[in-house]
Amino acid sequence: MNFIKLLTIFAMINLAGCAIKPWVKPYERSYLADPVMSFDPDPVSSSYMHHVYQAREGAKGAEGGGGGGCGCN
Amino acid sequence: MKQHLKQHLLKVLWVAVTLLFAASVSAKSVNQKAPEITLPGMTGKTVKLSDFRGQVVMVNFWASWCEPCRTEMPLIEDIYNKYKKIGFTVLGVNVDENPKAGKKMLKDIPVSFPVVFDSDNKMIEKYEVQAMPSTYMVDRKGNIRDIHRGYKKGDEKAYENYIRKLLRE
Amino acid sequence: MLISNWIKIGLLVVTASLHLFANATVLPEERADVLYHEYDGDGIKISGPSVLVRKNFLDKISVSANHYVDTITSASIDVRSFGSPYEEERTQQSIGVDLLNEKSIISFSYTNSSENDYEANTYYFGISQDFFGSMTNVSLGFAIGDDEIRATGNEELAEKMDRQNYRLSISQILTKKLIMGINIETVTEEGYLQNPYRKSRFIVGGSTQFRDEVYPRTKTSDAVSIRLKYHLPYRAAVHTEFRYYSDSWDIDARNIEFGYTHPLEEYPLSFEVKYRFYSQNEAEFFYDSIIGDQSPTEFHGRDKELSEYESTTYGVGVRWDFLPDGWGFLERASVSLNYDLIEFTYESFRDATQSDAGDGGDYVVGKEPFFEFDANVIRFFFTAVY
Repeated sequence: MNFIKLLTIFAMINLAGCAIKPWVKPYERSYLADPVMSFDPDPVSSSYMHHVYQAREGAKGAEGGGGGGCGCN
Repeated sequence: MKQHLKQHLLKVLWVAVTLLFAASVSAKSVNQKAPEITLPGMTGKTVKLSDFRGQVVMVNFWASWCEPCRTEMPLIEDIYNKYKKIGFTVLGVNVDENPKAGKKMLKDIPVSFPVVFDSDNKMIEKYEVQAMPSTYMVDRKGNIRDIHRGYKKGDEKAYENYIRKLLRE
Repeated sequence: MLISNWIKIGLLVVTASLHLFANATVLPEERADVLYHEYDGDGIKISGPSVLVRKNFLDKISVSANHYVDTITSASIDVRSFGSPYEEERTQQSIGVDLLNEKSIISFSYTNSSENDYEANTYYFGISQDFFGSMTNVSLGFAIGDDEIRATGNEELAEKMDRQNYRLSISQILTKKLIMGINIETVTEEGYLQNPYRKSRFIVGGSTQFRDEVYPRTKTSDAVSIRLKYHLPYRAAVHTEFRYYSDSWDIDARNIEFGYTHPLEEYPLSFEVKYRFYSQNEAEFFYDSIIGDQSPTEFHGRDKELSEYESTTYGVGVRWDFLPDGWGFLERASVSLNYDLIEFTYESFRDATQSDAGDGGDYVVGKEPFFEFDANVIRFFFTAVY
């Protein structure tokens, strides 16, 4: 089953690969290159907030950003 | 509810994977005639790539918002000064939507080689540029001989080596 | 099918097509951050520094190290209900290496967290790559961890816990001004999952007894989040994030966030505001109080993070770029101050200190008002990019 899905994915890659072109060109990224557009401009600061929320809330995960989880109480 | 979430996740993944691989890369390739560039320069006067026929031309596409472009600008100026007397020139193509942004950057980082302003991105589209900055080495006959995508520390040495090679031809 | 399986398939596909559609990518920038953090809420004060330094070598290797300390003094609701105030310190250190090979970044990291009664080690492996004219970035991560749990005042307790995280992140440029991020994460935990200092509340013959909680020894959770960030017509950005969480203890949670970032043109100052709302329902074995001597189910717990509740965050921040054009070897430097107010309102966890059984409060046991508290969080940090 997984194998079939995998094959389908590959088939789609090959088809789509010829059809679609990147629609935002590398030279059209003046707004996106602006530092205000960074999802995570300050990793130290945001990972601290994630830690606060993880300690006080039942939910965890999918916060974005790197790192390996902390395993602390 | 849980089953529901999983199904949604699968859909998200599916779309993501499809999007992901819907990639297509076609580009101006080497050993092809360099498309003509006709654009206003610093003074507003039109500058053409063909004006430099007979010289080795390094066409450098840059923008003020592009960090590595800023980094390599003074290094390109050094290369220009080193080889300009022996049949070499740089043609800087600024692709900022507003040419004022490009001119402001040139105030901070002055250069002496010719710079043109491609505000509506017509030229850069012709070159099918895939990274910022992008550097095209054009030989004396007007053919693209090398395409360099992006800039990282040490790339200026690669530029110089290629320029020397083309100058010897 | 488990999400982790999908992530494995993703990993396979990504690896298989590495050279097909990949674009050049770059290492993270070299910077140092020194953060002072302070949390104050529900009788708990936690403060300390966090220092992160990143250095790149040969444009191929990036090494980062983080040193983090929590100094804790606690007289929380649990302490006020049945315990005694305590002070402790947690130290967390991590080291990470990112390797750039033309088209992808491979990351490894090791983290150790150490307290007098809790020791945790985490090993992380990740791969990240740009695709599709650099419009898409995909990263996959896997973390494995083992924890050792002890308890002050209970020499016999020596427990273990194993953790595994599977993570998939996609960031996608949608338009010239809009970017999207999707994160999916599955966590499995096995072993001693409870807090040895927290207790269940039994009401036997009109009097209150606090007894040890009994938790399941496994937990699996799935979380998926989507976030969007949009550049406004003038120089400012808005962002939103939504996350859904679901676990095998029957906790479903969701949170939504909105934020606005506004840099000033004339001054090197930047402001941000944020609003976040979180809510969850209770775990299947959460009981605020159990009437009688016997728990109705095999597992029982009164940890307030297992109850039904909401939290609302209001945040403000300011950043001053005092060296926007650099100085010497510094490319730029800034200081930032962030303040967050978090309001927690519980809907099934009651304030046991107000019961007439123990401290002579005004309320009948099990009918006390629901607990609530506000927390103040301060982050003050200095950043240097070189």
